[in-house]
Order: sequence, then C-alpha cells, then structure tokens
Amino acid sequence: MSSTPATPPKVNRIGLDLAPYRGSKTTLCAGCGHNAITERLIEAYWELGIEPWSVAKLSGIGCSSKTPAYFLNQAHGFNGVHGRAPTTATGALLANHRLRAVVVSGDGDTASIGIGHFVHMLRRNVPLVYIVENNGVYGLTKGQFSATADLGAKLKSGAVNPLHPIDVCLLGIELGASFVARSFSGDKRQLSAILKAAIAHNGLAVIDVISPCVTFNDHEGSTKSYAYMKDHDEPLHEVDFIPFFADIEVDYEEGESRMVELHDGSKLLLHKLERDYDPSNRIHALEVLHEAARRGEVLTGIIYLETNRPTFTEILGLCDEPLALLPQERVRPPREALEQINEEFR
Amino acid sequence: MQASHQPPPMPAEQPQRLPRGGRIVNDFSIQVATVNGSGSQTANLVLMRSIFQMGVPVSGKNLFPSNIQGLPTWFTIRANRDGYIARKKEIDFLVAMNPESAREDVLALPPGAAVLYDEPLQLTGLRSDLHYYAAPFDRLVAPVCPEAKLRKLVRNMIYVGILAELLGIDPEQIRKALYKQFGERKKKAADLNWGAVQAGIDYARSNLPKTDPYFIEPMDRTAGKLVIEGNTAAALGCMFAGMTVCTWYPITPSSSLAEALMAFMERFRRDPETGKATYAIVQAEDELASIGMAVGAGWAGARAMTCTSGPGISLMSEFVGLAYFAEIPVVIIDVQRVGPSTGLPTRTMQGDTLKNAVLSHGDTRHPILFPSCPEECFTMAIDAFDLAEQFQTPVFINMDLDLGMNLWMSDPLPYPDKPMQRGKVLTAEDLERLGGFARYRDVDGDGVGWRTLPGTPHPKAAYFTRGTGHTEQATYSEKPEDWIRNIDRIARKFETLRKHLPPPAQFLAAGARIGLVGAGTSRYAMEESRDQLSREAGIEASWMRLTAYPFPPELEAFIEQHERVYVIDQNRDAQLLGLMRLDLPAHCIAKLRSVRYYGGLPLDARTVTEQILAQEVQG
Ligand SMILES: Cc1ncc(C[n+]2csc(CCOP(=O)(O)OP(=O)(O)O)c2C)c(N)n1
Ligand code: SF4
Ligand SMILES: [Mg+2]
Repeated sequence: MSSTPATPPKVNRIGLDLAPYRGSKTTLCAGCGHNAITERLIEAYWELGIEPWSVAKLSGIGCSSKTPAYFLNQAHGFNGVHGRAPTTATGALLANHRLRAVVVSGDGDTASIGIGHFVHMLRRNVPLVYIVENNGVYGLTKGQFSATADLGAKLKSGAVNPLHPIDVCLLGIELGASFVARSFSGDKRQLSAILKAAIAHNGLAVIDVISPCVTFNDHEGSTKSYAYMKDHDEPLHEVDFIPFFADIEVDYEEGESRMVELHDGSKLLLHKLERDYDPSNRIHALEVLHEAARRGEVLTGIIYLETNRPTFTEILGLCDEPLALLPQERVRPPREALEQINEEFR
Repeated sequence: MQASHQPPPMPAEQPQRLPRGGRIVNDFSIQVATVNGSGSQTANLVLMRSIFQMGVPVSGKNLFPSNIQGLPTWFTIRANRDGYIARKKEIDFLVAMNPESAREDVLALPPGAAVLYDEPLQLTGLRSDLHYYAAPFDRLVAPVCPEAKLRKLVRNMIYVGILAELLGIDPEQIRKALYKQFGERKKKAADLNWGAVQAGIDYARSNLPKTDPYFIEPMDRTAGKLVIEGNTAAALGCMFAGMTVCTWYPITPSSSLAEALMAFMERFRRDPETGKATYAIVQAEDELASIGMAVGAGWAGARAMTCTSGPGISLMSEFVGLAYFAEIPVVIIDVQRVGPSTGLPTRTMQGDTLKNAVLSHGDTRHPILFPSCPEECFTMAIDAFDLAEQFQTPVFINMDLDLGMNLWMSDPLPYPDKPMQRGKVLTAEDLERLGGFARYRDVDGDGVGWRTLPGTPHPKAAYFTRGTGHTEQATYSEKPEDWIRNIDRIARKFETLRKHLPPPAQFLAAGARIGLVGAGTSRYAMEESRDQLSREAGIEASWMRLTAYPFPPELEAFIEQHERVYVIDQNRDAQLLGLMRLDLPAHCIAKLRSVRYYGGLPLDARTVTEQILAQEVQG
C-alpha cells in the first residue's frame, strides 16, 4: 500500500475543480459523437474559468439536444421544443443579457423544423454559442435522413439521399452570424480551441460539428461517419486559443499565422496550412465552402469571423441591468404618467 | 346594378313610419358607408367625439374589409341616453358615400330611417319610406379645399357638418373634437377640415329642411370618461404591469395593441438618465418564435408577453403546453377574430374560448381573463402578469376585435393599487440560508414550487427545465408515480389560482326565473337584452358576466338560483357553454341553454332577445 498523500484536485482560475462543470451521466449511445462534444464543452468552460451559474444552456429536441443535461450541472438548462431553441435563447437573453447562453442543437433540429428560427437568429446576431451536432440523420427518431445529409449519402437500409444538403455554415456567413466555424467531434484539439474562441466571442458563434451517430449513420456510404471524416476532413488552418488571462507572450511569424483579438482580450492564432486563409473575408469564405463541397471535402476551422458587428441586445439599446431584475420603480411609470395619459383620451 | 343607373329621383312620399311625438332624442344609430382608404376615419371619430363631448353615451364601431383600399367600409355610431352601447341592429341614419354599397345599404334600412347621400348616387328612387338628404359633395369641397389632391380626404368633413346641422350637434364640440384629433402639429390640416365642416353646416342650413326625427341634445353622462380602444387600454395595462419583454408577430386585430405598446414604452419606459430601454419589444419571425421568445424570457425572469389572434394561437400550441408543464410564466393576449384560418380577419368572434382553456396536448388547463371594457383590458393585463408569475403558468387574456379595435367610452384607467406580485423566486441569499431547494416540490401546500432565475450567482441555484417527466428535483423521470404526483400538483396549483381571479359581475332581478351568462363583449348585448325582455315581454331575467376561467363558485350558485340559464356565445359551437359543461355538476348543466351569434358583427341585443324568446316560448 502506498501512502502518497492524495493530490488536491486541479482547479481553474476561479478556484473550481471540474465537478461543477460536469453534468449528469450521459444516456446517449457509447461512441456517439455528441458525447465527445460534451467533454470538450466541459473542458472549455473549466479552462476559461467561467462561473457555471453565469451560463444558460438551451436546446431543442433530439439526442444532441439532450446533452445540456450532461455538462455544467450548476448552470440553468432548458430543454425545450424541437427546433425552437433559438427563440427560447433569444428570449432568455432579452430578459438577462448578461447570461452566457449556449445552445446545443442537432441537424434535424436546426436545418429542418427549426430553420426559420435559425436564420432569423443569424440575422439578429444574437450573442450566444450555437452548436449544431451534425450527424446527417435524426438520431432520436431512429435514423431518418436530415436536411444536412449529403447528396448520394446512404442510409443503413440502403436508401440513397436524392437531395442537396443545407450547409448551416453557408447560411451563417450569408445571413449575419459573426463567428462561423466547422469542426469534427473527433478532433479534440481543434474543437476545443474553436469552442473557447466561440465562448469568448461577443456575438453569435455558429459551430457546425460533424458528430457521427454510431447507431444509425456510421456505416459505409455515410458521409458523416468517423471513417469518412478521417479521409475528408480538410482543416483550413491550425487553431490556437490564448485566453485573456494567460500569462503568455504571444509570438508568431507574420505570413505563417494570423492573430485575431477577441472581445474579452483573448487571442486567436490561426496558423497557415496549405494556404493563408483570411476569415474576415465573407465572399472568400463562401467561395472556399462551395469549392470544398464540390471536391467532397469537409472544410473545418474558423471559416468566418467579424469581431465588431453589433449584437442583438446591443441593437435593442437595453439598460445595463438585466430586465428580469428591474425593480418596480423602474418598470411601473408613476401615477402622474397615467393621469397624463388619461387626459389625452378625454 | 349601380345605384347611378337608377331612374331619376321621384318625388319622395311621406315616410310611412313617423315618430311618435315627432322627436327621437339621443337614441339612434348613425352609419357612415365609405370606401376603405378614403380617409373617412378622422371624420367619423370627430363625429363620435362631438356627441360624446355633449355628454351623450356613445359607441363607435368600425366595420372594415380585409384590404387596404377600395372595398366598402362602414362606421357605426350609436348614441343612447340610457347607456346601451352594444351595436344596434337597425340603422337609423345612413350616410351613403360609397357608390358600391349605397343601393344595398339603403334597401337594408328600416322604414323611417334617414339617408344623407352624395347627390350623383340618386338614391331617392329606391324607396319611398325614408328621409332623404342629398348633397353635392364634390361641388361643396372644391371652394374650401383648393388643393385637388386633398379633396378626397376633406370632403368627408362635409358630412360631419351636415349631420351637425341636421341632428343638432353643437358645432363648437365638433371644432373641439376636430382640433384635438389633428393635434397641435397639424393645425393647417385642421383648419382646412374645419372649413369643410362649416361648408356642410351652411349647405344644410340653406338647402336641407329637416324631416327626420333624430336629435342629439346635451346630457351629462360622459363627464370625466375617456374614449379609447381596448387594444390601447390593454397596451397601457401591460406597461403599468411592469412588462419587460414583448415578442409578437403582426396579425389583425392584435397588431395595434403591440404598436400602441411600442409608442407608450418609447415615451414612458426609457431610463431618464441614460435614455436606455427598460423593456424589449421584438417583432419575431412568426408566432412560434414570438411565444418561444416570451417563454424563454419568462423562464429567465422577465415579465414576458405576446399578443396575437386565433391563427397565431394555433401556432403557439406546443410551446404553451411546454410552458404549462415546465411552469413558466407568460402572458398571452388573444384578440380574437373570425376563423378558422384567415376566416373573416377584420370581423369579431369569441372563437378561442375552448381552445385557449386547454391549448396544447396532454393534460393542460390555462387560466383565461375575459375583459369586457377598456378599463378591464387595463386592470386585467396587470392581473395577468401577477397571476402568471405567482402561479408560474401561461395566462390568457381573451379579447376580441370588437373590444380591441373599436372605440369605447371608459372610466379613467385606475392606477394599480397593489405592488407587482413577482411570485416565488429564490435569490442567492435565500439559497445560502436554505442550503438548496427542489424546484417542483410543493413546500407551501398551494401547488406552487419555488424557482430560481438563470444567472443567480449560487452553486445551488441551477435546475434543469424540461418538457420530459421529472421529479421534484427537476431530474429526468419516467416513473408513473413521479408523473402523476407532478401533474396532480399542477392541477392543485390551478385550484389555488381560482381564488385569485377577478370576481364575476352579476345582476339578480327580483323574481327572475331565467338567467343570462356571458363573457367579454357579450355583456353589452346581454345587459340590454335583459332590459328588452323585461320591458317588451315582461320576462324578468338576471345576468352574470364571467371575468375569468376557471369559473368562479358564484357561477354554480347563479345557475342554481334560476330555472334556465342562457349562455351567450359569439361562435357557432357554443364554446363557453361547452367549457361550462366540462366543469359544472350535472344539475347545473341540465339548466343551460344556448344563445349564439357568429356572423362576425359585434353582438346586438335584439339577436339575443329573439333567441331567448324563441326558446322561452317552446318552454
Ligand atoms: C414537433 C415535433 N416533431 C417531431 C418530433 C420528433 N423528433 C424528436 S427528435 C427529432 C429529430 C432529431 O434530429 P436531430 O436534431 O438531428 O438530433 P439527433 O437526434 O440526430 O442528435 C424528431 C423528428 C418532436 N419531438 N417534436
Ligand atoms: S442514436 Fe445516434 S445520435 Fe442518438 S445517441 Fe445514439 S449514436 Fe448518438
Ligand atoms: Mg441529427
């Protein structure tokens, strides 16, 4: 028996260990891509030292939408209506614009039943992190094609998808999201950096994460399988995230990397791979996505980033205190106001 | 056939039905028939207001088509010395300005009615039992309005002048109403219109000898009152309720509520120091989104609302069920119109009574408030926000187009006398003291659990809100006993809530064997019909006006006191009666009879009286 003293649990910058960042035990299938994303979210919030209670987790319906129960136990969660988390999240932010909102959705949830809300959320640049756990099928209803399934993709039954997919990143760039990224649940390093950057970003961050459904869409002929991603993942750049509180001298070589400073002072380093990619160029971003799609490749990385676009709550000109917490004196006009109004209708 | 193709006017015979005593004072209806988009609204409002300013009880109803320009529109004003302000079925004085509808409008008049018409329409040949007044509007308007472009609008003021002269409306009151209507900033337009009123008065004085019996004479029954639309009053109620988030999607007849709200909030709810908004109003992409945002906001602690009409309610169904089950406060104002689907979108109906009571799927029940006048639109909006937060549940306010979009006399809106009731919310300090909480545990025995708001800075604050089965601790559960315990507690909450609703109004007539029951705008026809039954048929009747669902205990007592109770519904399928059937004991149900109207016009007393008499005769 060794008598080494128990090492104290590792704590983050606000002195918390991982426990409050974890959630209840997952009920998803073992190996499901969604579980890996949950793990990365736990790490990201912990590493950034974000108070768990300051986060609000919202989702629609689906296997993916269940996952807010599996991280950040000490944050309020709202697993609402299929496809409509953009609306509940927007409402929650209207009530309290200080909340750090994160929405977890699925490809069915976002690209089919909820597409109307999704595009309007984009247009409003609602300040939240929006993750699409994209497996090309409806997991929870047992494997029907979703609207992100690629043309020619095969179901287990052999059925072939005859329709073109909806690309949520293209929509995001086109319609006003200020942060648009794509990643793969199996790429720990990239996903982790992207999630942290998204959390630090002030504005809407849409992240399309290819997240294989091991039960219904991980076979030969699927374009959302682990095997397919292994062969077709095409990173745009290597992503490093340096939080604002890190005591690191950021040092990079011009021409080899790009540095973007985020709202809270954190820095994003995008290291050049095949090409030098400028994520602030919207037209170029749309182009590379279309090109990649033509080649059958899955482009990953931070595809579009605009750091100073006004967010929806800023546009509304809300007072500093959360609306939810305003006392009666500030929300019920005085008696004289009503007397004046009554007089106007006499 | 166009009226203008009729043969030239024939010498009018004396109208057959001359008034007894010659004069009918402060008891008649005026209908102005114009073309939608012709700008007659201002003229009609001035006319109505000047009668109101003379102290005569009055109501104004705008019967308009679902288009922007070109279709017929009617504005009906009823002046009544006894204060009956329901729509009157018969029109006593028609102003026929619309060539399209003139013929039909004239043919529909009761004998003895009066018609003022645009001379080229040549209506006198249609019937010989009416009082006709012709005026050459185009010729009259030209000299008072040199700018040809504006004549279409200004010519309406001429009929106001003519009516003033014929009916004895004080021109000074017209002038006052007109300048109030235009406001300080549009003084030039007001001057122009006042010129047209005077031209009308002058023309009538020299060319139109009075033959009809209708007169307005000053009274003192409107002192201190307002003239206001229900939607405006409801918007004001929301503002004084301390509403902080309103999300909505345009739909007639609720849009003007949201628009009034925007205007008032802009004026009264910006922080005096910073100029920033203490509210958010968002026009959503559809009603699914407007309710979703309101529910999200209610969850996060805002006083949240949406307003809509029937088609929007249908889209909101799933979210309302979730909010019921997840116990989230939200106020939903439904300004009802004629459906299904687009139906008659500019006509009135009480068509969502049943639907709103049980909206969504599974076991759901929602409280509904039924305002009947602007004052109640105001006070019940405040009640609704309090109830929603106290009971953590969606609360409906069922208005209708008649109430929302028409003009009503109203007592001044009363300043709320009690503080906002924010319900059971635990703060970080509370949690520190208590050491934690269980979201769905009935600790107080009233069915209502304590909640926390997202963002509460405490490690024990969070809970998980879900539409799935859950335990008292808000954890996932599929156990039948957990499900039943939870859904039963929510039912208990509904029972507690019943005691917090505004009380019904009732009138118990001595010796009455029958009773009338109605909600919302049905009250006007109901109360007038009661008097008609008594006066014309010697039948005494009591009435009860319901102000809320779930129904009050007084309803059962009221039914027990009467042999037969007529439930008034503004829909085909007797929805209010149906809802009573679901909730009342059998001996009460057996006494219920139905009175229904569903043509899309505001309910009138005659219709109610006739239906009751027909059933009373059958026994
Ligand atoms: C209004 C409504 N329609 C249908 C469903 C059934 N349903 C539940 S989840 C789901 C699809 C989920 O697919 P996706 O968003 O891709 O999530 P995944 O399970 O694949 O993670 C559907 C259709 C529902 N819950 N609500
Ligand atoms: S069915 Fe698919 S998406 Fe759902 S949990 Fe299983 S692997 Fe994941
Ligand atoms: Mg899916």
